[in-house]
Amino acid sequence: MIDERVRRIVADHGKLGIDASRLSTDTDLYESGLTSFATVQLMLALEEEFSIEIPDRLLNRRTFQSIGAMSGVVTSLLPATA
Amino acid sequence: MSAALDRMDADFLRELLRHGLLIDMGVDGVYGRSGLFEEVVERFSRLVAAFGEEDTAEVIRFPPAMSRPQFERSGYLKSFPQLAGTVHSFMGNDRDHAHLLDELACGHDWTHGQRATDTVLTPAACYPLYPAIARRGPLPAQGGLYDLYSYCFRHEPSLDPARMQFFRMREYVRIGTSDQVVAFRQLWLERGEALMRSLEVPVAIDVANDPFFGRAGKLLSNNQRDQKLKFELLIPIANEDNPTACLSFNYHQDHFGALWDLRCNDAVAHTACVGFGMERVALALFRHHGFDPQDWPRTVRRRLWGD
Repeated sequence: MIDERVRRIVADHGKLGIDASRLSTDTDLYESGLTSFATVQLMLALEEEFSIEIPDRLLNRRTFQSIGAMSGVVTSLLPATA
Repeated sequence: MSAALDRMDADFLRELLRHGLLIDMGVDGVYGRSGLFEEVVERFSRLVAAFGEEDTAEVIRFPPAMSRPQFERSGYLKSFPQLAGTVHSFMGNDRDHAHLLDELACGHDWTHGQRATDTVLTPAACYPLYPAIARRGPLPAQGGLYDLYSYCFRHEPSLDPARMQFFRMREYVRIGTSDQVVAFRQLWLERGEALMRSLEVPVAIDVANDPFFGRAGKLLSNNQRDQKLKFELLIPIANEDNPTACLSFNYHQDHFGALWDLRCNDAVAHTACVGFGMERVALALFRHHGFDPQDWPRTVRRRLWGD
């Protein structure tokens, strides 16, 4: 579920030039053409979509490397629901 | 700690003003320079040229301003909106003029009627270069190498004399394939260190990042460091604990190439530059060798003056 919301954000803001629906969750987005400036757009879009604030220590390439990596970070920042 | 550092910055500035090397103009970070200060800058500039001479770079000089549309396209506002200096001017009629004078006489803010002109102050010597080279068409297979030297402006008023708002940047810029520009940066990392060591100042080289704005800037800074895109040659100037970047060695990957459609060997060109902060180097020399160059070590004088 989170993966799919992240994928939509990548499709809308990643400016990858390839179809985001065909990315696997571990495809390296930087190798797929993700730029530093597009990463900033992803950061802002993720924060708005999930109402989170990504802490400074996670503002690096690894966080945005793949859909799976972003989902993991988002999950870790969402309030526990259990 | 920050207050202590600020005090050391201000102390060094006062000394420079007292010795007449810098001249107060009423704005922090904007100073006149004495003939002696300028001579040191000029001698250092010649030394840089001597180190780079064998590469036969194309010399290009731009005024310290660039076209606003080009500046807007450059992406500078995405990264450094806080540093940009835009040129505004009065563009009104007689009534607007009278109104302006009225507000000025009353001590009110008269600047709100000022309109943006077509020019922006150059933030880094290489910014006007990329569009100018792009207009020439694709680069030859060996790429290009350019020698630039310009006053630059960054809006960051400070009492640290090494952080001026108007300062000169000398640059060599390499445009070509990624292999060509990476090799160029490596060459200048070694040359730059040798050059500064020959002037007998303490140097350290470290990975660095640009002062990108805001939280997005934090991300850009971390990316830049992770990829080791920027190195700086640091020399302690106003204080030992917080050395100043005097040279920088930057690999832009294909950022400017893609932005300006610079092409080399049928691909988007990569770019790299080495930048020399001319005032900062002069300040480092005054700081470490004294305020009178006559008293500088013979070896350093020989390097700079050949005597």
